Amino acid sequence: MTATKAPTEPPQQRVVRRPGDRVFAGSAKGSGIFILLVLAGVAAFLVSEAIPALTAPPEDIPGGEGLAGYIAPLVLGTLLGAVLALVVATPLAVGIALFVTYYAPRRIAAALGYVIDLLAAIPSVVYGFWGLAVLAPALVPFHVWAADHLGWIPLFAGPASTSGRTMLTVGLVLAVMILPIISAIAREVFSQAPALHREAALALGATRWEMIKMAVLPYGKSGVIAGAMLGLGRALGETMAVAIVLSGGAGATLNLISSSNPSTIASNIALRFPEATGLGINTLIASGLVLFVITLAVNMLARWIVDRRADFSGAN
Amino acid sequence: MSTSTQSAPQVAPESQGPVPRRRHLPRYAPLGLYAAGIAVGALLSLLTGFSIALTVVYGAVLGTLAVYIGSRAVEGRRKATDRLVTALVTTAFGIAMIPLVSLVWTVLDKGLARFDGAFFSNSMFRVVGEGGGAYHAILGTVIITALTAVISVPIGLLTAIYLVEYGSGRLKRAITFFVDVMTGIPSIVAGLFAFALFTLLFGNDVRMGLMGAAALSVLMIPVVVRSCEEVLKLVPNELREASYALGVPKWRTIVKVVLPTAVAGLGTGITLAVARVVGETAPLLITVGLITGTNLDPFDGRMATLPVFAYYQLTQPGTATQAFLDRAWTAALVLIILVMALNVVARLISRFFAPKTGR
Repeated sequence: MTATKAPTEPPQQRVVRRPGDRVFAGSAKGSGIFILLVLAGVAAFLVSEAIPALTAPPEDIPGGEGLAGYIAPLVLGTLLGAVLALVVATPLAVGIALFVTYYAPRRIAAALGYVIDLLAAIPSVVYGFWGLAVLAPALVPFHVWAADHLGWIPLFAGPASTSGRTMLTVGLVLAVMILPIISAIAREVFSQAPALHREAALALGATRWEMIKMAVLPYGKSGVIAGAMLGLGRALGETMAVAIVLSGGAGATLNLISSSNPSTIASNIALRFPEATGLGINTLIASGLVLFVITLAVNMLARWIVDRRADFSGAN
Repeated sequence: MSTSTQSAPQVAPESQGPVPRRRHLPRYAPLGLYAAGIAVGALLSLLTGFSIALTVVYGAVLGTLAVYIGSRAVEGRRKATDRLVTALVTTAFGIAMIPLVSLVWTVLDKGLARFDGAFFSNSMFRVVGEGGGAYHAILGTVIITALTAVISVPIGLLTAIYLVEYGSGRLKRAITFFVDVMTGIPSIVAGLFAFALFTLLFGNDVRMGLMGAAALSVLMIPVVVRSCEEVLKLVPNELREASYALGVPKWRTIVKVVLPTAVAGLGTGITLAVARVVGETAPLLITVGLITGTNLDPFDGRMATLPVFAYYQLTQPGTATQAFLDRAWTAALVLIILVMALNVVARLISRFFAPKTGR
């Protein structure tokens, strides 16, 4: 489409360039550049506001253990919750995507996909409400059971929380939140699997699962990985749901089910920022900068995987 | 399709003919087996003290197992694996439905208590116990969201036009890539950005609605760009070429031909982008804050917004706890209704403004 357009225009167009054209092209290009400036600005302003915390003596930082000592447990908590969410959500999302693309009756498949997309539309603060009021109490028996029977795994060392406001609950809430993101992308790539490959597999007598295993999954693998990375990025930066559900604040621990959890970067900012002053604000912005860098790296990696896949997908 | 894959031993002596008859489960047998598994699961959880969660877990596991074993006994390994995956995949979908249903039910159940006229007509000014409402917060959300849209839509739309109609080479690739990256910026970081920007511009302790709008714009612009770009790409090139052939300048072609053709998709995309930011809490929490009175001036002082209102009502209840919780849940309900309404509007736009031409 675009290939036919590009070569025909430039030579002649430049001769009769009207002022309206120039203004329009300029403003379009300008807003594109503006977006790049905004992104650069985000990084620049965060760095400039974080510098006081970077240069301050360690004992002035809240907690008294220096900036690294303040941020490290938060990074651990952020990664722990996000990875847990990813581990739970990815298989489910792949299953949902397969169900919607290849198993559900054709007539209602689109509607089912739309229902899953609704999960993505619900505001994160409402997920927090739900996690606190429904999921956390519902998971308390599981916390007790896990502490009794799985206590030998460091993740379930216990003692079990009685409120259910733990990293485990947070991970599950986050899993629900990133489920629609991963499954939307997985659905997209699964539905694009070449029809010839699929029909060839079926024609050779493959069952539906064998067809999916041979023709769909290999094709959609990188798409699923990219979707999972995007979901990870979302889970890392999720704020309100974590801030409401988690009773965090205690130091670094891998224990998922006890009532002392490391907080996450984003929720820590949301909880402490409204009351923070002076160097406290700079410290929080510095932790925000760390979060920004982590999510940026994850997202760039995801986009790179998606783009790399796009080069191959023209096969059929 | 050899007989060796069949596990039922009594079939073997009969398979003299060239093509052995394969045994199939009746059409509704897998469904029945699954239901039987769930029933056993419910019974099992009933024995150990009934709970819905346990029923679901036992039922899903036993139902899947029942389908697999039943099919394995009758139809053989390959078919059984196929049925196992079908059961697993369907179970995955069912599990995903649980939070959605549970969430909507909970919010409806708890939110309807205060879903009354006072909630929409009163603010929280001088309210410490029961009564009060979210009048100020709803107006604040509308104002800040409108301001966000005013900032984001022109920039996002123009960028999309640049990417589709003008862009080429390295700048286009850079913008595409970084817009994608920008969609992944955590909302709290966008809030910190707006805070840092306005602190540098206006000094410390500045709070105004515009800050929130700036933060939300960082989140909304990439969404607008992406959806508008996809839509503009769908406009057939023949339309543009026909316009050029008549001597119409490029900018008029875009304004009079390309944009009207794509107007349905653009409306849908922009509405969905608004729906995405209307429920954002974190950036508003750290930029706009919350007040109890009504402030309708987004250029001066703190404003109340619905998500932040809901958050504080839930987490910092006063002495009359239940009144605060009721208001929080009602605010959450209003928020969900708002987002769902925007989603429905987006669907309607794409249905009623779709171009009449066949593609």
